[in-house]
Amino acid sequence: MIYLDHAATSMPKPPEVGQAMVEALNLGNAGRGAHGPALAGLRTAYQVRCRVAEFFGVPGGPQQVVFTAGATHALNQAIVGLLSPGDHVVTTAAEHNSVLRPLYQLEQQGVELSIVPVDRQGRISYEDMEQMVTPRTKAVVCTHASNVTGNVTDLKRISRLCKQNGALLVVDGAQSGGHLPLSMEQMGIDVLCLPGHKGLLGPQGIGLLCLRPGVELRPLLVGGSGILSFSHTHPSALPDGLEAGTRNNPGIAGLGAGLEWLQTQGVERLWAQTEQRLRQLYEGLHAIPGVTIYGDWSTFHRAPVLAMNLDGWEAAQLSDVLYEEFDIATRPGAHCAPLMHLALGTGEAGAVRMSVGCSTTSEDVEAAIAAVAQLAKEE
Amino acid sequence: MRAKTLQLLITFSSTVQAMSMETQAHGAGLPGRLIPVPTSITAGCGLAYKAPLDSRAELLALIERADLEPEQVVEMLL
Repeated sequence: MIYLDHAATSMPKPPEVGQAMVEALNLGNAGRGAHGPALAGLRTAYQVRCRVAEFFGVPGGPQQVVFTAGATHALNQAIVGLLSPGDHVVTTAAEHNSVLRPLYQLEQQGVELSIVPVDRQGRISYEDMEQMVTPRTKAVVCTHASNVTGNVTDLKRISRLCKQNGALLVVDGAQSGGHLPLSMEQMGIDVLCLPGHKGLLGPQGIGLLCLRPGVELRPLLVGGSGILSFSHTHPSALPDGLEAGTRNNPGIAGLGAGLEWLQTQGVERLWAQTEQRLRQLYEGLHAIPGVTIYGDWSTFHRAPVLAMNLDGWEAAQLSDVLYEEFDIATRPGAHCAPLMHLALGTGEAGAVRMSVGCSTTSEDVEAAIAAVAQLAKEE
Repeated sequence: MRAKTLQLLITFSSTVQAMSMETQAHGAGLPGRLIPVPTSITAGCGLAYKAPLDSRAELLALIERADLEPEQVVEMLL
């Protein structure tokens, strides 16, 4: 099978990820007691927090790294934990539903929501954003890279805008974490939300919420903390204050192993390799008559995804035939990004998304191009 | 009843601080270990770093160097 759905989840994982998870099954409950197994569990989580803090330039270090059940959980925690009725928030039409739906929900409760449009190539209108963000804006919530087009957002520009207006910058790094340089410190990010199972090569069910010191969130979940049991309120100190209940230590260990694998292999080498595969895919598909590729491809500094359609084919049918007849896994549909698809003109038809990762070979890409070329010739 | 001796006890507001203390202290070859916070101390993250009294100066210097933020540094019979 040729796997071109890394944007959904990376596959295969490095063997070290599974090994770390199996070993973590027999760790104690981190933060519950001080016996050997419990402390071993806590040490595992601490080491992964340190690795994450270093990798993503998290201001304040490991203390500011919170484990979540995934990027959706992290985004919900950030958005719902930050905003209150009467607040103004700005987002973009490039967002995934894991940003849009919590915001729509809050809008019903009295949060004022402004959505920055994107053009036919999926590019965010920074001019519109500059008009929308004002001193009464509490936060800008935006993706670092579109999960449909792969277009990268200019976070430094948005960060400057946020600072000028006293707003917080909350970033969805679902498609860029592990694939592109991403540093909270260097980019001026206040809150960074990440999945563990995509570019970071960890297992599903683990994610990250990284907070600049001073950013305070109301916890989505409260309950067991292992301490202050007689208090009616959940402890607030990070990271424990946002990690109610038993942590997913096997997931944490797997995420740590994935991240360690990336660092051992050399992230810059992997980034260059993935970019090369994406470039090969784009150039091959672009040359096929009848293929439409969405997004702004004037640069290859982008998330490694490519959304396309082929004349005469419905996206779902094309994806199905690619899998059934060519053994190539792709993802059709709207990719949980409704506003982006509406802007691209694919609101009803959707598109086929091909996404590469560090395990994608040149031969994989060649086979995908050849398959689409063959289908393009069918009467 | 087991005899108690005076010990140095350092508490932290978060488990990450406690872990960092352990990592830094052991990395520097200093004595001590994490224990459950004694019930007489109600604050803290549930873990405390217990060490012999004569290591106090070295541990406090390390806390300073490593920019750790202990909640309490106390001497108590343990």
